[in-house]
Amino acid sequence: MFYVSMFFQYVSQYMKTRLQYRADFFMEILSDLLNQVVNLVFILVVFGHTQFLSGWSREEIIFIYGFFLIPFALFSAFFNIWDFNDRYIVKGEMDRILTRPIHSLFQVILERIELEALFGVVTGLIIIFYSAISLDLQLAWYDPILFIIFAIGGALAYAAIFVAIASIGFWSDAKTSIMPMMYNIGNYGRYPVDIYNKVIRFVLTWVLPFAFVGVYPASYFLRKEEWYAYAFATPVIGVAFFVISVFIWNQGVKRYRGAGN
Amino acid sequence: MGKYLAMIRMRFLMMLAYRTDYYTGILIYSINIGAYYFLWNAIYGEKSSIEGLSGMQMTTYVAVAWMARAFYFNNIDREIATEIKDGKVAIEMIRPYNYLGMKTMQGLGEGIFRFFFFSIPGMLLVAFIFPIELPRDPAVWGIFGISLLFSFIINTQINLLTGITTFFLYNNAGLIRAKRVIIDLFSGLLLPISFYPIWAQEVMKYLPFQGISYVPSMIFTNGYSSGEIGMALLQQLIWCIILLIPIQLLWIVAKKQLIIQGG
Repeated sequence: MFYVSMFFQYVSQYMKTRLQYRADFFMEILSDLLNQVVNLVFILVVFGHTQFLSGWSREEIIFIYGFFLIPFALFSAFFNIWDFNDRYIVKGEMDRILTRPIHSLFQVILERIELEALFGVVTGLIIIFYSAISLDLQLAWYDPILFIIFAIGGALAYAAIFVAIASIGFWSDAKTSIMPMMYNIGNYGRYPVDIYNKVIRFVLTWVLPFAFVGVYPASYFLRKEEWYAYAFATPVIGVAFFVISVFIWNQGVKRYRGAGN
Repeated sequence: MGKYLAMIRMRFLMMLAYRTDYYTGILIYSINIGAYYFLWNAIYGEKSSIEGLSGMQMTTYVAVAWMARAFYFNNIDREIATEIKDGKVAIEMIRPYNYLGMKTMQGLGEGIFRFFFFSIPGMLLVAFIFPIELPRDPAVWGIFGISLLFSFIINTQINLLTGITTFFLYNNAGLIRAKRVIIDLFSGLLLPISFYPIWAQEVMKYLPFQGISYVPSMIFTNGYSSGEIGMALLQQLIWCIILLIPIQLLWIVAKKQLIIQGG
């Protein structure tokens, strides 16, 4: 209960500070939107030259992209920890975090929320509705529930990777650029994994499970039965990876000695 | 002139001091090239060529477009924005050089550094991993070099324009991000311009963006006929000149209404 009330207090505080600079707030949403439009334009232009991408049609690829946006938006809104090392370890801010009464990771997340990213959920849903209608997808009564579970599972898988990498900062405070690299690898998950070679497919499934953010869960709604096993594994993978990453984080916190004075 | 050369040199040396940051940069670009390589492979499928580009040419296009980006890309728009917000620009303006010229030279120093320590090793690495075809004719390399220089100028001019808008907007982080996305799409980095629908190509003809990535990449992949090369280079040159006008105008207005917010 305490965690929930903390969460809402931080959210309301955040809204106050952001709405103080409204123009910038909207500009940020707009530039996210622009980014999504660019990716869509890419898909549309490409399908001007081909009918299928490894057997996936244009609407299916668009559906996958739309689905990807939702877990990605959840992740970006709540796990904005890509600069954790600079911001908390190098500057010694982690000392302050550890004196707080809630779990250190939760505290960091609360301080770094970026709620405007949630707008991506709206764009994602619009894209999904558009492509679902053009594909004439049938919905079962439990599909919306599965949708939410898969979206959260995907977001957790994404978050797990970033939490685990942020934890590296506890062992080595050297400046690394692994984080931006991960954002780029994450883009691989937006397209069907069967276009990649075996090694990359394996990595995207079992090492850096980015495929569980886009293709795998989306393939259930697209009724691609050969991928069902992977689709249903989404929440399991998400939770499992996330638990492991929190474990790594906790181990890291134990090792943390503080920087500076 | 000497002071500008010194600027190039200083920035070059500064980048050299932090060169380890760039090894991961090469990896990131290779990851992106890899993603597009697989994507384009799937798009080509059984087709031997699309819009006059073969699968091999497409891979080369993607590789050279990204590695060229390492050269022309810079953050001087963001630097200008920070200097304006901090009030540092006031000091800069009383110094005996042209502020925008100095920023351009810093960008160039950064570009030259990345060309030697990023683009060239990156291109070698990528050529090792992916099947790409390097031009055999030395003349193509020469023309590519000229075209790349124009790309740098056009991109830098657009960055200067975006940077100057801070004088009027105070906070333009969103605009800077939007500009970056637009350039990635319309410059031909993600998609060769010839892949767009005809109406879109017509519109883009009147925009400076394709001079940034599409022209040098097409030259490198032998995607142009010799007549087209001349036209493309001329277009780049014309944009380099045209873009000077809004920069000068905005700069004059900006100087008049400059408010230093701190210092």
